[in-house]
Amino acid sequence: MADGTPTQAVEKPATPPGAILRPGYDFATLTDKLAAIALSRRTPKAWFFGAAVGFLLTMVLLASITAIVFKGVGLFGVNVPVGWGFDILNFVWWIGIGHAGTLISAILLLLRQPWRNSINRFAEAMTIFAVSCAGLYPLLHTGRPWLDYWLMPYPNTMGMWPNFRSPLVWDVFAVSTYATVSLLFWYVGMIPDLATLRDRAKKLWAKILYGALAMGWRGSARHWQRYETASLLLAGLATPLVISVHTVVSFDFAAGVVPGWHATIFPPYFVAGAIYAGFAMVLTLAIPLRKIYGLEDFITLKHLDNMAKITLATSLIVAYGYGVEAFMAYYSSNVYERYMIWNRMHGPYHYMYWALIFCNVIAPQALWFRKFRRNIPALFCMAMIVNVGMWLERYVIIVVSLSRDFLPSSWGMYHSTRFDWSMFLGTIGLFLALLFLFIRILPMISIFEMRAILPEAKVLEAEE
Amino acid sequence: MSGPRLYGLMAEFEDPTALVDAARRAREEGFTKLDAYSPYPIEALTEALDIHDRKLPAVVLGGGIVGGLAGYALCYWCTVIEYPMNVGGKPFHSVPAFIVPTFETTILFAAFAAVLGMLALNGLPMPYHPVFNAPRFALASRDRFFLCIEAKDPKFDHDETSAFLMKLSPRVVMDVEE
Repeated sequence: MADGTPTQAVEKPATPPGAILRPGYDFATLTDKLAAIALSRRTPKAWFFGAAVGFLLTMVLLASITAIVFKGVGLFGVNVPVGWGFDILNFVWWIGIGHAGTLISAILLLLRQPWRNSINRFAEAMTIFAVSCAGLYPLLHTGRPWLDYWLMPYPNTMGMWPNFRSPLVWDVFAVSTYATVSLLFWYVGMIPDLATLRDRAKKLWAKILYGALAMGWRGSARHWQRYETASLLLAGLATPLVISVHTVVSFDFAAGVVPGWHATIFPPYFVAGAIYAGFAMVLTLAIPLRKIYGLEDFITLKHLDNMAKITLATSLIVAYGYGVEAFMAYYSSNVYERYMIWNRMHGPYHYMYWALIFCNVIAPQALWFRKFRRNIPALFCMAMIVNVGMWLERYVIIVVSLSRDFLPSSWGMYHSTRFDWSMFLGTIGLFLALLFLFIRILPMISIFEMRAILPEAKVLEAEE
Repeated sequence: MSGPRLYGLMAEFEDPTALVDAARRAREEGFTKLDAYSPYPIEALTEALDIHDRKLPAVVLGGGIVGGLAGYALCYWCTVIEYPMNVGGKPFHSVPAFIVPTFETTILFAAFAAVLGMLALNGLPMPYHPVFNAPRFALASRDRFFLCIEAKDPKFDHDETSAFLMKLSPRVVMDVEE
């Protein structure tokens, strides 16, 4: 309806088990219902709760950053020999989470999977917010964050340039490109929906805001043709990009000589882990959101089922990665490599390793069962287990490998500090705050792509 | 100044099949300056209007090539010419290491070319356009389908074109002012 309140559609039939959209919607009711989420004046109570938590934790983040900028990275638990702790761990964790958004928006678009149409928008938003959180860590970890622009190649009075043979410089290029391209993809994807919001908005400020963002989109057939071409090309570009990003992140480790890092399995194993973590995060967000906003008609059990299947498939790839790590250590006959894997399994951090095996290898096997995949509380718990499991994986790779390298005399334990934890909680807060802002003011489900999967969207062959 | 000039005639349809059919018949009738407006992309409409624009892929390819060359040149110039530094005995011209930044700049430039190229070819941002003057045009982003025959079409004649559009059984035919 024009004032933005959801249209009360006539009694609609229930969603059949395999459907990706509840039957009974037409262009008008679908548009009104989805546009109302951003335009309606009524905000669900749960939104205020979530946004409050997000903003509160964002304040924790700001306080932590302030302390770290004033006092220095000595506030983190990093020291010799564990020079990369929570900061790099959380960087890798967040970057990985972002990958599912690109996978859903780009790879599933190229594979012509229409079920992605209702989850791609907020998954892409999740990508951008996760990359924002990830980027904070290395930027602060440099120790002098006010000089972070030194990471970029630019002519300077020092006459110095980055060392392009270093994986850390590759990381700067990969992550900044990824953030930029994700933002472009997300924004371009939203233009037609912003035009819808512009046309439905009643308030002047909303008309101006959405009108400016929609850039005068009018749905012309000539525009749509180029728009579709651009979307496909961007998807084709984003697909190798997303694979390259976590590959480059894995090079940060694999190009080093530390036992437990120096492995050729790292790039594919990291990419699979990223998709695994990302789909778990999409599930973590989608399950509460569809409940709060009553989106069960659009994000059906079929969506949750499909995402659970991808989680299962990637968990098997990750499990294969763990197996190969152990096998290579054994097969190399290298004493340091063999000790590394023994240390993971039986050393002082063995509980981390076995918890990770439980979370990433054993627990996801429940997803083989259709009953489990379609049990929403169980699936939500599983997604949380995966989130924890992937965090543990990075802990094991980064901290455990560094704590015991070649020389026993240089071994040491890692102790995280309260600043490590406050930064971590703070980035979770930033992520939530950005996400809740996004779902309040921007279309969180792609309206025009949902119109395209309605049965009435089909052009019938002209009778000739 | 006289009154507002006529931009064209716009017919409103209720479903995509009617619009595609109307677009096809308008083309068969000989109209060339026409455009259709729909709330989501319709492939059959592109065919019906005979839209063949192959510029964008070329722009994106160009962006990618420029990005790739620029990225490699940056690595080469910094490492070999401007600031040669021996790192672990690796050659200054380290081709495999340069591939990664080169790849990233290729994607970055191509993506910018895709987005900016799409916007530029579409003439966006365009805050004002005559079609927005059509009274019910806001529904083009909701549930209605529009066909507009522009006044600058050589075959355009207000009464005849209007009669032609009425034959296509639209919901309504409206004048669109400039």
